[in-house]
Amino acid sequence: MPNKGQSSSEGYGLLAPTLVVMGVALAAPLLLMVLTSLQAQSGPGFAAGWTLDQYGAVLGRASYRLLFLRSVAISAAVTLVTVALAYPMAYFVAFHAKHKFIWLVALTIPFWTSYLLRVFAWKIILGYGGVINSALMRLHLIDQPLGVLLYNPFAVVVTLAHAWAAFAILPIYVSLEKIDRSLLEAASDLGDGPLRRFLRITLPLSMPGVIGAAILIFVPTTGDYVTPALVGGTQGTMIANLIEVQFNSVGNWPLGAALSLVSMAIVAVIAGLFLASARAAAKAAR
Amino acid sequence: MKSKTLRLYAFAYLAFLYVPVLVLPVFSFNNSQFIAFPLSGFTTRWYGALAADSVLRHALSNSLTVGIVTALLSTMLGLAAARAVTRYRLRGAGAALGFISLPLFIPDIVLGLSLLMLLGAVGLPLSLAAVVLGHLLVCVPFALTVLIARFEGFDKNLEEASADLGEDGWMTFWRITFPLMLPGITASLLLTFITSFDEFLVAYFLSGTEATLPIYIWGQLRFPERLPMVLALGAIILAVSVALVIAAEYIRNLGVKKPMVGA
Amino acid sequence: MSFLSIANVSKSFSGPPVVNDVRLEVARGEFFALLGPSGCGKTTLLRMIAGFETPDSGTIAIDGEAMNAVPPNLRPTNMVFQSYAIFPHLNVFDNIAYGLRKLKLPKDQLRARVEAILATVRLDGLGGRAADQLSGGQRQRVALARALVRESKILLLDEPLGALDKRLREAMQVELRAIQRKVGITFLLVTHDQEEALSLSDRVAVMHQGRILQVADPRTLYERPSCREVAGFIGEMNFFHATLREIAGETATVNAGILGILTLPAVNLAPGMKIDDHILLAIRPEHVRFAASGVAGDVAASTFLGERSHFHVKVAGRSEPVFVSGSAPPAGAVHLEFTPEKLIGLPSDS
Repeated sequence: MPNKGQSSSEGYGLLAPTLVVMGVALAAPLLLMVLTSLQAQSGPGFAAGWTLDQYGAVLGRASYRLLFLRSVAISAAVTLVTVALAYPMAYFVAFHAKHKFIWLVALTIPFWTSYLLRVFAWKIILGYGGVINSALMRLHLIDQPLGVLLYNPFAVVVTLAHAWAAFAILPIYVSLEKIDRSLLEAASDLGDGPLRRFLRITLPLSMPGVIGAAILIFVPTTGDYVTPALVGGTQGTMIANLIEVQFNSVGNWPLGAALSLVSMAIVAVIAGLFLASARAAAKAAR
Repeated sequence: MKSKTLRLYAFAYLAFLYVPVLVLPVFSFNNSQFIAFPLSGFTTRWYGALAADSVLRHALSNSLTVGIVTALLSTMLGLAAARAVTRYRLRGAGAALGFISLPLFIPDIVLGLSLLMLLGAVGLPLSLAAVVLGHLLVCVPFALTVLIARFEGFDKNLEEASADLGEDGWMTFWRITFPLMLPGITASLLLTFITSFDEFLVAYFLSGTEATLPIYIWGQLRFPERLPMVLALGAIILAVSVALVIAAEYIRNLGVKKPMVGA
Repeated sequence: MSFLSIANVSKSFSGPPVVNDVRLEVARGEFFALLGPSGCGKTTLLRMIAGFETPDSGTIAIDGEAMNAVPPNLRPTNMVFQSYAIFPHLNVFDNIAYGLRKLKLPKDQLRARVEAILATVRLDGLGGRAADQLSGGQRQRVALARALVRESKILLLDEPLGALDKRLREAMQVELRAIQRKVGITFLLVTHDQEEALSLSDRVAVMHQGRILQVADPRTLYERPSCREVAGFIGEMNFFHATLREIAGETATVNAGILGILTLPAVNLAPGMKIDDHILLAIRPEHVRFAASGVAGDVAASTFLGERSHFHVKVAGRSEPVFVSGSAPPAGAVHLEFTPEKLIGLPSDS
């Protein structure tokens, strides 16, 4: 810490460029979005004066409410599935794998290709003439291709659980890896069997990774556009698709802005409640 | 859990991760327009078609430009900011860090759209520069996380020892900080480049007439007859990415791999 | 004019002062120790001398030159860090040559200089060793060599032996002293280990809660501590409450309660004591003997230590035992005798 304390101006100088960029590219646009959401579209421009009409429309219309609900439900399902599937995987690498590094590389390689194409690959796999259907037909297990695989919330959940797997595996692995092995030995020494030891020591100590993973997956998937657009069909449409339509096709920017802000607020509130309850649970357990 | 069951599960999970990704190379060599089993023979014609596509080449060069500029800028910004929060006692450092990490908690579509509105409001054209600005939002939090971890991983005494041995701040940076940060810097450059190179939604709103590679791919997905070619492109991206990761790992091993603590 | 002069230096971070109005003079070529418990401000003081912290007030001067505005890289000091701070990406040779870059020495001269210092710290031939292949003792020597090779005016050592095991620590103490004699520069050592401070240094400053309590050579510090904190921090000490009754010529008489009336040399009293003052009578365990008569007590515990042993003797009317160091007493009740000339009078706590 050279010259710590005295030269805090030097520290602020180092922080300033990033703050300026973030101010220009994040704070200003978000402020503008708030202002826009308080106006009304009138032809190519905005009508004079301020109004809360957009928020009334966003919260009042049942189809919008359904879309919000579905987005949150799909995201919650994705989060749950992804974390639940990733936990044993991360546990295996942290505690049982011989070549940890090779496993970690092997687990991350699938994510080094285009997100669009990873999502699209599921369309190929689940589609009417796709991999699963053509394989099943070939094996004479079915006569007609299955139409239920694609264009529904299920397809969205599967695809997103695949696309975001790395974001669950890595944080959980890191928190498992950090656990002092002597704690586990102490638990065994004090009479815990493997299952009790897992429930009383390993799981609680790895919760920071689980919670981190959950937030890291829930927040962006709620606003995902590509996956519902490619594999969701009408039953799997999510809020981002509606927002995009307001901006690009309908041209109602104030409504699009209000939808964006409300969805951000919903995500923030849910993530906040989740964190708070996780913290409370951790406190109660202590 | 029994370790055998767990191992079985691990391989099943690995299959779940790999099968969709392997669809890309498998069908990119399949001699048929239709993406379905059975495979109908080996061909490299889809790769040939790729090479002949000038629109693709233009999109690729756009993506490389945006990716490289974004990676350099976000790593430089992240380096300065990470140094500020780990090496100085600053009032409000926590709040600043929270603000910089905010994009992690905002859907990409909102980031892209709000920037689109700002550019419209101040009368700036959509361009690759706008895409870079949008990508900085997404990439700086990543760079910062990687670099802060690295800064915290090495003994502050090392920089003090350098000053004690007669070097000023600038030489200390080049002789101590930079070499010790190199693995972190490499990781940050790689992570931010790949993130930017792969980013679709923000670029989709901000790029205007200059398509990046993901925008090009998005456009191709509507044409079934072009699918095998797109899959070939995906296979190439996968191969290059894997090569890049291995190269980065090699560079990392050239640097310091042992614990970076003085004691 | 002393060589290192610290005048009225204070420093606080957020809260009470960590270093409080410290005055200190260190001579050229001296081996000087700052001794105190952790958190007493000794490391902060050392870091201010090195230039890593700036005093809130006061001045630090080296060889007559004020240092307050001089950045660490331009100060005539070098430091051996507690963590050693060996650069992990450089080998032993490059670590030691690090601070010689500005001299722009020709290659062979640089090599000769590094090899000479490697020989001094007895690491001959290890120049090519990677930083992560060194043992704890070797790291310590590299850190020492790296600081010494610059031939600065003052070497600062921050708990340099703290990370080593007991045997290595004792061996390094002997060697550190020999190296200091050989290179002849001023060594300023920070330590919480009183044995280390006493055995290595020409003089020792005892620090407590940011203040310097006493500066003296090791013998004086041991035999004539200036206050209860110093006496208690260095070795074992028995304390008794007493009242000063009389000073007659060179002899003082005190009433020490259960110990009765005792006499001691008047010079053993802290300065400024008056008749009827409450004082603290202190005596080392080795100056208390088992005798045929004297204060009666029972041996409550004993620790066998070879030629000498330690005894806790319970005395009626006193909750703490009296510490005695000597040979084993006869069985049963014992009597204690105090060597009068080894009794010292310290200011009372209250």
